[in-house]
Amino acid sequence: MSKTTTDDSHRAADDTSKAADDQDLGAAGSQLSTAPTEDAPNLPSLGVIGWARWFWRQLTSMRVALLLLLLLSLGAIPGSLIPQTGIDETAVADFRERHDVLAPLYDKLGLFHVYSSVWFSAIYILLFVSLIGCIVPRTWQFVGQLRGRPPGAPRRLTRLPAHTTWRTEAEPEAVREAALALLKKRRFRAHLAGDAVAAEKGYLREVGNLLFHIALIVMLIAFGWGQLFKSEGNKLIVEGDGFANTLTQYDDFKSGSLFTNDDLEPFSFDVKEFTGTYERTGPNKGTPRTYQSELTYTEGADGKEKTALVKVNKPLEIGDAKVYLVSHGYAPVITVRDGKGKIVYRDAVPLLPLDANVTSSGVVKVLDGYRNPGGEKEQLGFNAFFVPTFGGSAAGTMLSQFPALDYPVLALSAYHGDLKADSGIPQSVYQMDKTKMKEFKDAEGELFKKLLTPGETMTLPDGAGSVTFEKDVREWAGFQIVQEPGGGWALGGAVAAIAGLAGSLFIQRRRVWVRAVRGEDGVTVVEMAGLGRSESAKVPEELGDLAGILYDRAPAAPDPSPDPTDSTDTATDPEAVPAEGAEK
Amino acid sequence: MTLAAATDLAAAANENLAEISNVLVYSAMAVYTLAFFAYIAEWTFGSRSKVARTAAALSPKAGAEARKAPAVTVQQAGGTAVLERPKVVVRAATGSRDVPDGPGAHGGDEKGDLYGRIAVSLTVLAFCLSFGGVLTRALSVERAPWGNMYEFNITFSTTAVGVYLLLLALKKDIRWLGLFLTTTVLLDLGLAVTVLYTESDQLVPALHSYWLYIHVSTAILCGAVFYVGAVGVILYLFKDAYENKLAGGGKPGSFATSVLERLPAAASLDKFSYRVNAAVFPLWTFTIIAGAIWAGDAWGRYWGWDPKEVWSFITWVAYACYLHARATAGWKGRKAAYLALLAFGCWLFNYYGVNIFVSGKHSYADVGLSALGSVGF
Ligand code: HEM
Repeated sequence: MSKTTTDDSHRAADDTSKAADDQDLGAAGSQLSTAPTEDAPNLPSLGVIGWARWFWRQLTSMRVALLLLLLLSLGAIPGSLIPQTGIDETAVADFRERHDVLAPLYDKLGLFHVYSSVWFSAIYILLFVSLIGCIVPRTWQFVGQLRGRPPGAPRRLTRLPAHTTWRTEAEPEAVREAALALLKKRRFRAHLAGDAVAAEKGYLREVGNLLFHIALIVMLIAFGWGQLFKSEGNKLIVEGDGFANTLTQYDDFKSGSLFTNDDLEPFSFDVKEFTGTYERTGPNKGTPRTYQSELTYTEGADGKEKTALVKVNKPLEIGDAKVYLVSHGYAPVITVRDGKGKIVYRDAVPLLPLDANVTSSGVVKVLDGYRNPGGEKEQLGFNAFFVPTFGGSAAGTMLSQFPALDYPVLALSAYHGDLKADSGIPQSVYQMDKTKMKEFKDAEGELFKKLLTPGETMTLPDGAGSVTFEKDVREWAGFQIVQEPGGGWALGGAVAAIAGLAGSLFIQRRRVWVRAVRGEDGVTVVEMAGLGRSESAKVPEELGDLAGILYDRAPAAPDPSPDPTDSTDTATDPEAVPAEGAEK
Repeated sequence: MTLAAATDLAAAANENLAEISNVLVYSAMAVYTLAFFAYIAEWTFGSRSKVARTAAALSPKAGAEARKAPAVTVQQAGGTAVLERPKVVVRAATGSRDVPDGPGAHGGDEKGDLYGRIAVSLTVLAFCLSFGGVLTRALSVERAPWGNMYEFNITFSTTAVGVYLLLLALKKDIRWLGLFLTTTVLLDLGLAVTVLYTESDQLVPALHSYWLYIHVSTAILCGAVFYVGAVGVILYLFKDAYENKLAGGGKPGSFATSVLERLPAAASLDKFSYRVNAAVFPLWTFTIIAGAIWAGDAWGRYWGWDPKEVWSFITWVAYACYLHARATAGWKGRKAAYLALLAFGCWLFNYYGVNIFVSGKHSYADVGLSALGSVGF
C-alpha cells in the first residue's frame, strides 16, 4: 500500500517537473511557424456574436481548411466524368437524350456545369474566405516576430532535439561574444538574452508560405475576372478575304456574363495567304511542317497596317485579344452557269475537313439569279466532296491520301428546288435543307453526280446548265479570337506561387541557443542546442558545424572526473544508442 | 539515287530504329527480371542477426526503456582536423516512438549485401537499356517519346528507376526500395509491351510546342517521384502497424517480422516519403502551370476544365491536403499517409483512368473543326 503511495507521489512530482519542462520547451519552440494553434472545438455559449466568432474560428482553422481542400478535390470529380456545357455542348445534348431520368436531376444539381455551379462555388469561396482569414492574422503575427527577437534559451537545453556540450577554459562572456559573432556571420538573427545567445534563421520560409497563399488568391481573382469578361468567337476566312472585330462578323461567339460588345478590341485583318507544307515521308508522313497564315492587320479604327504570321502555337496578340489559327481547309472556286451559259454563281466555296488528310465536304448554294430551262426561278444546291490528293479511281476510296494539293478532285451531286434559305431559320452554310429539293437524275435515274478535276465542267441534265471546277483552289484558315483579361495577373500569381512554395518547402526555419556559464568548479560550461520546425537532419548537422567552429575558439578544458555535465547527461539518457541507426 | 529510293531508305532507317527500341525494351525487361531475383536473394540470404535489435527495443519491457532513453548519438564529421569534436546528441520529439532504422534488405549480412550490390548493378544496366529504348524510340518517331501511352509508360518506368538510382548515388540509404521498384517496373513495362503497344506514329499539330517538352517531361518526372514517395508511404503504413503491434505487446507473423525489421523505422519512412512528396510538389505545380501556358497557346484558353486538367488539379489539391495534414494536429501520421496514397491514386487515375475512360482534348486525336456535313458518296 505504502509502496503505491510513494510511487504515485513520485510520479506526480515527475509530472509537474515534466509539465514545467514542456512549458519551457513550448515557449522555445513557439511561433517557429505562424500556423494557427488548434483549439478543441468547444461550443460557444454566448448569443449571435459568440456563434459568429465560433464560426469564424472554425472556418479559419487548419482542420476546416483541410476539409475544404478535400471537398474541393471531391467536388471537381463529377465535372470530369459528366459532359459539361462549357466544354462539349453536343455531348451534353446527347446525354440528355439518352438519360431522361438522370438529366433533370443533373440539371437541378448543376452537374452539367459543375465549375460554375452554386455548390462548387460555395466550396471554393469558403476556402478562400478561410484562406484570407488565415493569411491576415498570420501576416501580422509574422511582422510581430520580425520586430521582436528570437525567444530566450529554455532552461534545459539537453531536452532539445539536438544539443551538444563541452567544458572550456575560456571565459563565459568571451564564448558568448564569439557565439554571437559566429551566428551573426552565418546570417542568424541573434541576440544576447541572459546567460545565453538566442538565434534564429530561415524567416524566408514564412515569407514564402504567405507569398504562396496570397498568390493563390491573386490567381483565383484573375481567373474569375477573366471568365466574367471573356469573349471567344470563331471565324473562317478564305485567302484574300478579311475580318473586322465586331460581333456580326463572327461565325459563332460566346462571352462571359459581364462582357459587353464595347469590350471587343477594335482591329481588323486580311488573310493574305495560308501555307501548309507536310512531311512527305517517314512515320510522320502528313504531319504539317509549316502551318501558318500571313495576315495584314490594323489596330484600332484607323491604325497603320502591319503584317503578322500566325501559327498553330503562336497566336497574334492585339491588346487583350489573341488571334489563333485553329483550322484549315480548301475552298475550290466554282462557277455555275444556267442553260443559256450565263454565269449565275462564281465563288470560292469553303469546305470542312473530315480527316487529317483534309478529305472535305460542304455545299454549294445558288440562291439567286438562276432560271431553269422552263424559265422559272429556281435554286440550285450541290453537295460537294473534295480530296486534295485523290488516290486514283483504282484505289477504290474517295478519301484523301495526303493533305497537300497533289491531285485535287471534286465530287458534286446536284439538286434543284427551294433551299428554304428565307424561311427565317438561320442555316448552316455547310449543310443543305433537302426537304424542298429535287435530285437531278442521270441516265439510269440515279442521283446525278460527277468527279471533277480542276478545269473540268460538268453539264447538268436536260440543259439545266453547267458547273465548272475552276483551276483555282484557294485555302481557308479558321481563326479563333479570344479575349480574356487577367491572364498576366494569373501568370504572375502562378510564378509567385511556385517561388513561394519553393521557399516554404525548402527553407528550414530553426533556432540555435548557446549558453555559457561558469560551472561549480569554476570551469566554463558551454551548451548548444538546435530546434527546427520538424525533425530534420539539417538541424543537428548545422549545430555540429557551429559547435565545431566555436569549439576551436573555446577548446576543451581537461576533464575532471567525474564530469558534472556529462553525468547529468547520462542521468537522463542512460542508453544512448550508437549512431549507426540514426537517420540519414 | 532517286528521291523515292532516298525516302524509302529514311523510312527503313526509322523502322529499324523502332525495331531496335523494341529489342532494347525487351532486354531491359529481361535484366530487370534478373535484378528482381537478385533483390529477392538479398532479402532471402540477408541474415537476421543484427535485426533483432529493433524487435528487442520494441518489446513491451524494452519499449518503456526506449521511451525513457530516446537518444541517438551522432558523431559529426566537421571541416577542421580537430578530432575531439563535441558530440551532437539527437533525440526524437517527445511523444514519438524512438526506434532505430533497420539495417536494410541485406539484414547486415555480407552475402546479402553482395546480392544487393549485384541487384543494383543489374538495375543500372537495365536502366541503361530502357533509356536506350526510349531514346531510339524518340529517334524513330523524330519527336519526344511521349505521344501515346506506350511511350509514356516506358519513359515513366525509366524515370522512376532513374530517380531511385540518383538517390542511391546521393548516398541515400534506400536500397530496400529496389525490390518493390523493380516489381512494379516489370508490371509497368509488361503492360506497355502487351496492352499499350502502339506502332510509332505521328503527333497532331497542337502537340508541337516546346511547352510540350517542358510540360510532359516534368509531368513524367513528377509521377516517378510521387511513385517513389507512395512506395515509402505504403511501407510506412506497414512498418507503423508493425511497431504499434510490438509496442502493444503483440507478436507479428514471422514473415512480416523478417521483412519489416530490416526497413527503416516508421518515423524515418514517414519522413522519407514526406520529403520526396514535398520536394516534388512545387514541380508538379509548375507542370500544371506549364500545361496551362501550352493550352493557352494551342487551344485559346489557359484553363478550360478539360478532364486531364481537372484531374491534374485534383491531384494537386490532394497533395496540398497531404502537406496541410502534416501541419495539422490530429492529422499527422497514418491519416496523412492515407491522404498521400489518395493523392497518388489521383495521379494514377489522371494517367490511366482519364486516358482510357474519359475523352477530352488530351486524347491526342482529332483536333480542329469536326465535320458538320456529310455527303451521299
Ligand atoms: C487554396 C487552398 C490552399 C492550398 C492549395 C494550400 C497549400 C499549402 C501548401 C502546399 C502548403 C505547404 C505545406 C508545408 O509548408 O509543408 C501550405 C501550408 C500552410 N497552409 Fe495552406 N493551402 C491552402 C489553403 C489554406 C488555408 C485556407 C489555410 C488557413 C487555415 C492554410 C494554412 C496554411 C498554413 C498555416 C500552412 C503552413 C503550415 C506549416 O507551416 O507547415 N492554407 N498550404
